[in-house]
This record gives sequence, C-alpha cells and structure tokens, in this order.
Amino acid sequence: MPHMTLALEIGWGTTLAIKTLLVLAIIPVGALILGYTFLLKMMSHMQSRLGPMDPGGFHGWFQLVGDGIKFLQKEDIMPAESDRRVFAMAPAIVVISTFLIFLVVPTGPRLVVKDLDVGVFYALAVSSLSVVGVLMAGWASANKFALIGALRAAAQLIAYELPLLLAVVGVVIQAGTMSLQGIVGAQVDGSIFGFSGLGNPFILTQFVGFFLFLIAAQAELTQTPFDMPVAESELVAGYMVEYTGFRFLFFFIGEFGTAFAFAALAATMYLGGWAIPGVTGGMADLLGPLVLFVKLMGVAFLMFWVRFTYPRLREDQLQAVAWKYLIPIGLLNIIVTAIIKVAV
Amino acid sequence: MTSTETPGFEVDPALYSNLAGSQVNVELDTGDMILNLGPQHPATHGTLRLVVRLDGERVVAADPVIGYMHRGYEKLSEFRTYPQITTLINRIDWLSSFANEVPFVHGAEQLMGIEAPPRAQWIRTILTELSRIATIYLFLGEMGLQVGALTPAFWGFRDRELVLNLIESATGGRFHPNFNRIGGLKDDLPWGWIAECRTTMDKILRGCDDFEDVLVGNEIFEARTRGIGIIPGELGAAYGVSGANLRASGIDWDLRRDGKPYLAYPELDFKVWTHSDGDSFARYWVRLQETREAVRMVIQLLDGLPAGPIMAKVPRIIKVPEGEVWVETENPLGQMGYYIVSKGATGPFRVKIRSASFSNVSILPWLLRGVYVPDVITIMGSLYFILGDIDR
Amino acid sequence: MADETPDTPDTPDASADDAVTDASAVAVEEVPAIDPAVAALFERFEAALGDGVVDHADSFGTLVVRVKPDAWKRAAEVARADLDCDYLSFISGIDWMPAPKPAGDEGGDTSAPVQPDTMTFGVTGSDGRLQVFAHVQSTTRHWGVTIKTDVADPAPTVDSWVSVYPGADWHERECWEMYGVDFSGHPKIRHLYLPGEFEGNPLRKDFALLAREVKPWPGLVDVEPMPGDDTEEGDS
Repeated sequence: MPHMTLALEIGWGTTLAIKTLLVLAIIPVGALILGYTFLLKMMSHMQSRLGPMDPGGFHGWFQLVGDGIKFLQKEDIMPAESDRRVFAMAPAIVVISTFLIFLVVPTGPRLVVKDLDVGVFYALAVSSLSVVGVLMAGWASANKFALIGALRAAAQLIAYELPLLLAVVGVVIQAGTMSLQGIVGAQVDGSIFGFSGLGNPFILTQFVGFFLFLIAAQAELTQTPFDMPVAESELVAGYMVEYTGFRFLFFFIGEFGTAFAFAALAATMYLGGWAIPGVTGGMADLLGPLVLFVKLMGVAFLMFWVRFTYPRLREDQLQAVAWKYLIPIGLLNIIVTAIIKVAV
Repeated sequence: MTSTETPGFEVDPALYSNLAGSQVNVELDTGDMILNLGPQHPATHGTLRLVVRLDGERVVAADPVIGYMHRGYEKLSEFRTYPQITTLINRIDWLSSFANEVPFVHGAEQLMGIEAPPRAQWIRTILTELSRIATIYLFLGEMGLQVGALTPAFWGFRDRELVLNLIESATGGRFHPNFNRIGGLKDDLPWGWIAECRTTMDKILRGCDDFEDVLVGNEIFEARTRGIGIIPGELGAAYGVSGANLRASGIDWDLRRDGKPYLAYPELDFKVWTHSDGDSFARYWVRLQETREAVRMVIQLLDGLPAGPIMAKVPRIIKVPEGEVWVETENPLGQMGYYIVSKGATGPFRVKIRSASFSNVSILPWLLRGVYVPDVITIMGSLYFILGDIDR
Repeated sequence: MADETPDTPDTPDASADDAVTDASAVAVEEVPAIDPAVAALFERFEAALGDGVVDHADSFGTLVVRVKPDAWKRAAEVARADLDCDYLSFISGIDWMPAPKPAGDEGGDTSAPVQPDTMTFGVTGSDGRLQVFAHVQSTTRHWGVTIKTDVADPAPTVDSWVSVYPGADWHERECWEMYGVDFSGHPKIRHLYLPGEFEGNPLRKDFALLAREVKPWPGLVDVEPMPGDDTEEGDS
C-alpha cells in the first residue's frame, strides 16, 4: 500500500488541516446520515408512513440537506429579553462538545486524529460539556419553558454521567488501558475461551456494561424515554424553544452528531471498533472507517428503535432509574469484572 | 323529611384562585413561578390556556382559562331554524360530529311527536358508534404522544382515517356530516358500505391489540399513568365528569344503557366497562375496552339492520310545537345534552347545550394540585377533551 | 349486500300518516298525563323540600320542578341527599322575554325565526323574565330532575351550589356572565368565556346579535324560492 504510507509522510501542518477538515465534516455528515436513515425513514416506516419521497429523487435523500439550507435562510431571531451573547454561544458549545469526541475515535490502525492515553476519559469528559451549552441556552432564552428544560437537562445529564462512566470502567479494566485504540487492540487480540479467530468483542463479556452504556447514552442524548428536557408535549421544545434558523440547526446537528459519536464510542468499546477478523495493516486502514460505520449504525439503530417506541419517564422516575438501578448495577459490574480480571 | 346530613363538599378557596388575572411576567413573590401553558401549546388540543403556579416542578394551583374559541352557539341557535342548527352543533365536538347531531334532532323529534323509522334509527346508531370509534381511537394514539411515545399517535391517525372514510362515504362529510334530518336521515347507506365497514372493524380491533401491546403493557407507560390524576367517583360525579372518565372511577353509568332509551341501543348486547382505580391508566384502559365494545356493537348493528324507509313523514317547514325537552346521550366524551325550549316557531327559543368536556375539564383545578408538570400533561391527555366541546 | 337498497328517501311510506297531524297537535299541556315514575320521584322531592316547591311538570319523561328562590340551595341538597342525584349535569339560565325586533318592521334582520311576541314561561311558569335552571341526575338510580327557580329582574341573585356540587363553579360563572345572575356564596365569581372587560350579558334576549345587526344574513341575498314553495318564505 505505498499510497497509504504516502499520506502519512506529508507535513504536520497539512496533516492537521486534513484532520481538522475531516472531523469538521464528520459531524454534519453523521448527523445527516442518522437523521435521514432513522428520523426520516425508519421512524416513518414504524409509523406506517413513507416519510419524504421526492427531494433528491431516491426516497427523499435530499430532504435534510434541503432543510439545512432552509434553516440557513431563516431570520435569526433573538428574544428581546435574552442574554444575547450567551444565547448566541450556547449552540456552538453544544456542537463543539460533539466535535471534540471525534478526536479520539479510531477508524483504523493509523486513522485516528489523536490517540490519547486517556481517550475514554477524555471522550466522556468533553461529551458532558454539552450540559454547559444546554444550561446557557435555557438561561439565556428568558423563557420559562426553556429554563425548566435546561434545569431538567442539567439534573439528568449529571445523573446519567455516572452510570455511563461506571459502564465504561468495566471495559477499561478488561482492556487494561484507557486509550480507545488500545481497547480496540485488546478486543482484536483477545480470545473467547481460547478461540481467537474472532478476537474478543467486549460485548460478550461486558454485555451488562453495554446495556448500561446504551441506556445512559440515551439519557445523555436526551432521547426518549429520557427526553424530559425537550419533552415536546409539555415544554414545547425545552431549552431549544426560542431558537430558530441556523442556531436551531446547530442544536439539531449537535443532537444527531452526538448520537453518532456515542454510537461510534459504543461500537469501538464493545463491538471491536474498526476491526474485523482477518484484516490487518493497510487494508484495515482502508476498510476500518466502513467497518466502524456499519457497527455504529447497528448501535444507532437500537438507540432510535427505543426512541421511537417508548413513552418518556417523568423527571423523578428518571432520577430513580439512574440512582436506584443503573448505578448499583454499574458498580456490581465493575466488581465482577475486577474479580474475574484478577482471578483469570 | 329526613335530610339526615347536609351533603356537600368543603369549599376550598385555593381552588378558585384567579391565576389568570395575575400579572404573569411581573412576579413579586419569587418563591413560586407562574407558568402559562397555552393558549398555544401542543398539549392543549387547541386553545386551552392553563395557568399553573409552580413550586419547582410541583403544581401548587392551576387555573384553566377557556373561551378562546367561544362561538356562542347558544345565542346563535336562537337565530336559526332547527335544520340550520345541526350545522352549528356539528362543530361542538368536532371529532364526533355525528354524535352531536343525534340528541338535538332527537329532541326536536320528541317535541314534534314524530319518530324516525327503525332503519334510520339503526343507521344513526351505526354512525354514532363509528364516530365514537373515530374519536376514541385518536385518543388511544394521542395518549401515547402525551407521555412521549410518538409512534402510537400515528397509528391512531392511520386507522381513524379508515373510519372517517366510512363516515364520508355514507354521509359525504368526513368531519361534519350534517346527515341527520328531523324525522330520519338524508340518505340511505351506499352500496357495498356494509362489507367495507366489516373489514374496517377488523382493522380497528387489530389496532386496539397494537395499542394494548405498545402502551398498556409498557412499564414506562404504566409508571407515567398509574396513580396519576385520581378522580374519586363521588367527587367526579359532583363535578359533572361523565363518560369514560367517570366510568374509570368505578361509577357504572352509561346513558346508552341507563338513560332514557334512544336509538337502537335497547336492542343491543353490550357491556359497560368500568375500572375501579380512577387514574389516568384506568381512563385509558376503559376507553380501549369501549372501542372494542363499539366495534362489537357496530357488527351487531350491521347484522340486524332492518329494511324500510329512512325518513318519517315530516312537514316541509319544520315548526316545533311549544314545549321544552331535555335530551341526553352518551357521546364519546361523555354526557351530551340539549335543553330545548320551543315556543312554536321554526327555531328554538332557547337551547342549552350541555357538553361533556366542559364539565370534564372543570375538575382540573382540583385534580392538578400537587402533581408534577409532566403529570399535568398526562392528566389533561387522559381526560380527553375537545376544545370546541368546552367552549361551544 | 341484498339488504342495502338505496331507495330514495324523499318518498316516505304512506303509513307514516299521523306525523303531520301530530306535529301540530302536540302542544305541551303538561298536567293530564304524568308518568307514574316521574310522579313518584316528585313525591320524594316534595316530601323532602316541603313548601319550597312552587310547581312541577313532566316534560317528556323528565321531572321539572320549580322551587322558590330561597329554596334553591336547599333543593340541591335535597336532590343530592334524598334523591341520590349525585351528578350535576348543568346549571344555566333562561330569559323568557321575547327578543326585541331589530330595526322595526322593515329592514334589519328578518332571517331569524319569528318567535311569539307575548311572554310565556314554559312548562312550570315563572314570575319574571329571568330564571335559573339546573339538571341533576343520579348515576345509581338513573333518574334526573330539572330544577328551576325565578330570579329578580333588576338585580338577579340566587344562592350558589358550589358547596353542594363543586362542579357548579364553572356553570355559575357562565350563567353570571351570560345572564348577569349573581350567585351569592360563590367563592370567586368572574368571567369564564368572555374577556374580563366585557360588558353586557350576551344570552339575554335584549342583547342583540351584533353580526346580524351589522349585516343581514347572507342567506337572504338572492334567495330563490324553493320549488313548490309559495306559502312561507316567499318574497315578503
């Protein structure tokens, strides 16, 4: 693969530019893909309808792009009483937190922006930055619905940060590293009862952690059944209620981009990431992004399936689920993992 | 005689607080927050405004403000002739328009001393039950939406469409049939309608099973609705809450069975479903069973539909003799009644329209105290009101 | 599908011959035939309320009782305690005054049905033009009773039912704004449907329907006589 090595020999400035562009591109593209596949198509079919069919010719694939263009043309409205600077910054912060997650997600043996030693820790830390953006949005909107939504979001995100972390700790213990690339490596090199042909995707040993992660991620994304902060039937749109035009677009991209990122994290940590058995080296670099994408879509399918089916929990019930069930289960999972790790 | 104890309820001044009159954006006491839900709000099915005083997420007091859609039908009725009025009352509860027409036409017929022929009565019953299905079926889906499940709402709309198609093909109007005439019906059923109706009823039954699977059996749905918004039967009746809302509180009262006999109901075999809990879940459950019961009734009606004319002999110009009559029917939302006062003219002297949702919603200030904001939506959804039915 | 004969509805059977004569003959002279069940119900009511009862009637199977104004609240208590009427259907008012003719004899709105010019008072009579009436029902015994009472004309006041039937709250607010009847004992009477600064009592007969005053009923313009219709609605 001479041309692959060639790409890595260009200067660091160019590399940085390419990486930045790629990561910048991946959020809207990911959001578009998820939005189209699940929001427009899967949901429609679950609800006995077709969804958009005309824009772009093939099953309305252009619909979301068109929506995006429409949003850009819209008037930028700020409530008169709003804290204008905070109001304007909030959507950007939400998107940036999504953006930062992608820096550490590996898509191939060498295809990673920055393989941090504390990759998992970093990913979870920056993902919770979005709380700040949500709170800012809710506060600055000068709207009671937005404020209630933001406070709910803050309470919820803090509560669900813990089970998310506890779920991941199991993986970290088993892999022995916090680097995402290392975790993928551990899964590739692992073996199931001595059979190493498939590696050892951690979903087999960490299935409890996987479901904890999915549930907590659902809450982090404020998706049904944990969508109290945006609950459209009561808070209209929660913290987003005053946002229009491209600022709303930012929130939309942030929402689906984060779903994309969390699906990628789940796929990396539990499903082996970019790796498929028998593919190594340059070929893995070439196929990696595709493999990761397929796995990620599988995870995202689960997330959205739940989202479009379940009713939502009430705020107090939602807290109870986190503190009474998910966190104890997470702790138990860690203990069991640790015992087995030491014993084996 | 023996007025043993003075019956009644304690008047709690907190229930009559005039929140709507308070300056919503200027709050001098900072402890509580006044939140204005509506008149433009997704959960209010139109233009109900609900002013709630919140302590955190807990409702301290609630004040529903109605009248944004008041169209003054009682006044307008005094300026219309009897046949013209059916167009107005079509729009009271716009989801079950046909069922609105029936009691009014029935009342005028009583005053005139005429009776619609059996076939007309049976077709009226079929269409009344169909509009009941159309109304409640939408509720079954929308209740999911109120608690956050998006998909059932679309199922509700999907299958209701089939029922509306039936109503349309029989009457020519999807929402506002205006099909009743004093003395009978405008037309007979079209060809092939009965077979079409049977297949649709099958689909409705299957849809009910779907709702049962997706919502009734769902833990989150149960958690959100069980024990939420409990109406004690006695208090509910004293508030005038009627229909499935009252039956869900354990009061076994259905005007189709217990009221003065009307339409073909005395000849039908049906069960009145009740539930002892009185909470939002019970209201959902009772309505679900009622939809199935309505399907059963429609099938019975189709089986036994008598032949014959569909219009009694009525004078060309409808003049209703002097008198007053109270007619009430069991409508999808509850008791619908008209108190018609006639002075022998072509139009009524006074029509008092007793609509179900008006009384059903009037219990909200009592019901909403101490619940959380999300429960407000659940409770309002489970009471199931139509704004036109409140505001008239 | 043999049973679905789409026959024409405009040719009704000749067998329904009595309809026309019936329609004109049934004037409601309530006294003669009173249903035994209604009579029994009235017995119970009268036994409990005593001399508060003024008049009663059987109106198409429903008991209508007119009570004295000062017995209005006691009537509710009696209905609730002795008649088991636990369910409040509605409370409303009625204005028996004939509506004044708009704009004299000529012009104005002529589309509204012509009501008699004399004041008559329905099945149980009335002392004045304004009455308040309510319907309560029993969910267990399946009967109901309509209770009426007269209210004074210049300053109509009557006791509130809120402490007997909490649901009376909204009905009384509606009656207050629509008829100007004050309900003493109501915790907070205020507008229900109409905006707070609204003046007038729309359902009183002398409150003109403004839409008809401003513009005649559009149906009047270019009205073609119905075929064969030369008796009532000609071009007067």
